[in-house]
Amino acid sequence: MPDSSLRILVVDQNRLRASIIEEGLREAGHADVTVVDRLDGLMRRVVEIDPDVIVMDLENPSRDALESLFHVSRAAGRPVAMFVDRSDAAMIEAAVDAGVSAYVVDGLRKERVKSILDMAISRFNAFSRLRDELDKTRQALEERKTIDRAKGILMKKRGIGEDEAYALLRKSAMNENRRIAEVAASVVLAASLFSGEDL
Amino acid sequence: MSGSVTVRAGFIPLIDAALLIAAAEKGFAAREGLELVLQRETSWANIRDRVAIGHFDVAHMLAPLPVAASLGLVPLPVPMIAPYALGLGGNAVTVSRALWEALEAAGAPSTGDPAATGAALAAVVSARAAAGHAPLTLAVVNAFSGHNYELRHWLAASGIDPWRDVQFAVVPPPFMADALAAGRIDGYCVGEPWNTVAASSGAGRIVTTKAAIWPKSLEKVLGMRTDWASANEETLRRLIVALEAAAVWCDAPENHGELAAILAAPDYLDVAPDRILAGLGGELALGSAAPKRIADFHSFAAGDATEPRVNHALWLFSQMVRWGQASLGEDAVATVRATMRPDIRARALGLDPARHGGLQPVRLFDGLTFAPDALASYLAALPFGVDPGRI
Repeated sequence: MPDSSLRILVVDQNRLRASIIEEGLREAGHADVTVVDRLDGLMRRVVEIDPDVIVMDLENPSRDALESLFHVSRAAGRPVAMFVDRSDAAMIEAAVDAGVSAYVVDGLRKERVKSILDMAISRFNAFSRLRDELDKTRQALEERKTIDRAKGILMKKRGIGEDEAYALLRKSAMNENRRIAEVAASVVLAASLFSGEDL
Repeated sequence: MSGSVTVRAGFIPLIDAALLIAAAEKGFAAREGLELVLQRETSWANIRDRVAIGHFDVAHMLAPLPVAASLGLVPLPVPMIAPYALGLGGNAVTVSRALWEALEAAGAPSTGDPAATGAALAAVVSARAAAGHAPLTLAVVNAFSGHNYELRHWLAASGIDPWRDVQFAVVPPPFMADALAAGRIDGYCVGEPWNTVAASSGAGRIVTTKAAIWPKSLEKVLGMRTDWASANEETLRRLIVALEAAAVWCDAPENHGELAAILAAPDYLDVAPDRILAGLGGELALGSAAPKRIADFHSFAAGDATEPRVNHALWLFSQMVRWGQASLGEDAVATVRATMRPDIRARALGLDPARHGGLQPVRLFDGLTFAPDALASYLAALPFGVDPGRI
């Protein structure tokens, strides 16, 4: 049963990822969620919000500051532990692998927060996969453009058709055990060197 | 290379990461059959956690970090040891130009003298309080850092109550100069090149040094999980041999130009080489003075700089107790002693462990005698220590 009374703070400089986490928390029935994506004034916000659970990306340079704040808040009787259960090594490793850290007020029952961390870990991983796919798509697009330019150069210089130009690239790639995009990049580079133009 | 063993190490962009970087870049690690893979990190918390879960085998660590991890004082506590130190000294205290002008008007010298500079700071702090101004905010790099304890010790010895008279902030080293320039903090204690960076840009003035507050003292260590060290004894031995060769190379002034160029790279410190050279040579601009060589500002190798000092770790622990981070107890003291492992270093380097046991004395600028076996009486003699009513 999701626990709508928990105060949850999501700290992530990546606004898109922060909103993906926030959405996941709201879908799970958590109403009291605050997202902070700026570093300046972060410590003041943490004190104001006084969260039960903090979800923070590992690349955030404010982790040391946040942890030092807990020494202060320990005085106020809200000691903070990292992750739900120190003995849950698999979860801790999964979280660090995913690039997320979490701080939980000590004394909260494990089942109250475990689902939050599971969700954060899976959404951080999903976000990384999306970003990887996006990078791959971008790279594929770039390679396509390079191949088109190489084809154009070959067609012009050799007076051949488009299919022939592509077949030539593919044959060279096979002979040299390289990728077509690499051969195409060499053609473009060579043409720019010979023509003295920045193609 | 066949048979090469990979060692993954994390570091924070600071001059004292030089031993690891030089060992990787100058072939000292390869010579021992090691492939040293370095990764820059953004926080000491990440360094600690990635070592704790095994992403890193070893790391550049603040000396109190493995102690705090072994004592269970950190959010992800795993027993750690420090069998090797990555240098002595190297930190300094930098303040904003506005604060320096106030300090100079209150009689602060441009020599870095901690007593005279501290007296001027106490006068400025009192005057600000009397005028109803907000307390000064001073930054350190981590709650468990030599910087935190050196700065607090210096303030307290100067008559400034660190609990009441100033505020503390935690800022990662590469962000210090920017935080100072933006007016978010009034001063900080950090390792090089992050003092010289602020002094060179005009945003700050360097007022004193770790070398003056606590001469020849332990700063960073090579930290690792206790169980990793046990399971990889031969790899650790070779790593220590490689790092010792790197330390001697880094210490030689004729190599500083090349070292600064290596450290300046975007994957390492990402700072102009001339800003790095200042700290390597210990030539810092103190107060309003021109850069001048400071004796023993920083040592990579000379003076047994790579020996993890048990007594120095005990002083750091005494300060954890003083400032309310840890409780004094026999078990805790035994844990601190067991975290520093000069014996592993001595054996790796073929030295006599009995003569390299990390028992160097602790002498700070205030002249109080520190006896490692009498922490309670030392703590009782210190001003502004932990008060149960304030924790």
